[in-house]
Amino acid sequence: MIRGFLFHIGRYTLLMKQVFKRPEKQSIYIKKILVEIDNLGLDSVGIVAFISTFMGAVLCIQMAFNIDTPLIPLYTIGFVTRQSVVLEFSPTIISLILAGKVGSRVASEIGTMRVTEQIDAIEIIGINPATYLIFPKVVACVLINPILIIMSMIMAVLGGWLAGIFTGLVSSSVYIYGIKSFFESYDIFYALVKTVVNAFLIVSIAGYHGFYTRGGALEVGASSTKGVVHSSIAIIVFNLILTQLLLA
Amino acid sequence: MIEALNISKSFGDHKVLNDVSFRFETGKCNLIIGQSGSGKTVLMKCLVGLFEIDSGNVMYDDRMFSRMSFDEMKVIRQEIGMLFQGGALFDSMTVEENIIFPLSMFTNQTTEEKRDRANFCLSRVNLVNVNKLFPSEISGGMKKRVAIARAIAMNPKYLFCDEPNSGLDPLTAIVIDNLINEITQEYNITTVINTHDMNSVIEIGDNIAYIHKGRLWWSGDKDSILRSDNPELNEFVFATELTRKLK
Repeated sequence: MIRGFLFHIGRYTLLMKQVFKRPEKQSIYIKKILVEIDNLGLDSVGIVAFISTFMGAVLCIQMAFNIDTPLIPLYTIGFVTRQSVVLEFSPTIISLILAGKVGSRVASEIGTMRVTEQIDAIEIIGINPATYLIFPKVVACVLINPILIIMSMIMAVLGGWLAGIFTGLVSSSVYIYGIKSFFESYDIFYALVKTVVNAFLIVSIAGYHGFYTRGGALEVGASSTKGVVHSSIAIIVFNLILTQLLLA
Repeated sequence: MIEALNISKSFGDHKVLNDVSFRFETGKCNLIIGQSGSGKTVLMKCLVGLFEIDSGNVMYDDRMFSRMSFDEMKVIRQEIGMLFQGGALFDSMTVEENIIFPLSMFTNQTTEEKRDRANFCLSRVNLVNVNKLFPSEISGGMKKRVAIARAIAMNPKYLFCDEPNSGLDPLTAIVIDNLINEITQEYNITTVINTHDMNSVIEIGDNIAYIHKGRLWWSGDKDSILRSDNPELNEFVFATELTRKLK
């Protein structure tokens, strides 16, 4: 098992070395990055907004029900909602959701190209297939995911606000006061660092599994699953490492 | 001219190619024939560098291809066109985009020039009005022809065809064979064709290598193959009732 793990780490590292080689024609890659921003990023706006709004609402309601002593001020609801969203929910949980959506797409797309010899065709033409297929996706996700996560934070806080008002658990002014309380801009920096690392992990790990797919349709499916599972594990592990490094 | 010099290739303990040497000549259709599993495709993939060889060398007009780095190989690969068994067309691109793709990557041609070149290549393989169709919208024979059009888009010096007739009816197979033969002679290309179709051997086999159990078992041309007294080759060539009756 350890040998297998080390084999994959070694092969992944070598693949990444290929991915970050100088692209053949930069103008083509810029176009590809824009296309991937649309495919992998903008295409995820709806699901991220939906989940974030509802999760923000749930966080707000749960907080309100857990405050059962008058010693804790009600603005804590807004404060804790914001902190939960900024520190963990948006950068980590949304990244896990994106690992499912984006990771499976990347792995199955590249895996299908592998089993239908399209990757061989790219290589024969004289193009580095690792750079051509994975690099634009990595760059696209690293650029667009922070925007998605900031949007997620806004939507979640907004969801909490709406839930607080409509349920009557907290007034608008108190919730907003909580949102503004004890704000540390470093928390946003921490969240964005995690987001960028997660974006890289999602695409590179899913791309790795797709790139080394062998077989047919079943193996493409298996690669897609492995891409999602392994990138999710990596996100959780790096979440702990980055939290220790940046917050401890 | 491409030369395979003492090529050996193993996968684990299984030796697929054993000391294979052969010269693929310019302006000719060079055929690699043999039974399924004999090592034909592995030999072709070794020639184009998709598989790393264990020992031996591959020379492209006196250039030592097999010892080159990935970046050095890229220069020679721009002189290579390849027709894959399944076509390997980019399925998210239209026919025209497939042909334009290598031109976009390696030339500074304008969109109009690239389109003209794509139209020329398509007309060369007798295809019209398919520019905007996706590979999933055309037939197997048309896919092969589009793949040939893509392969010749960059004016290659070397053309590799991996089982160009597989899955095609006999008439379409002959059309594809003749097309490859015409292109080879017209542009003086070194063409390497991997096949087990005896019709192709008789139609276009200028220079033939018979691979058996990973070794070069026999070599010659389409005339000498029918007169050979090599038992393994005869077993392969005259495998069907029809060819036995013709013999």
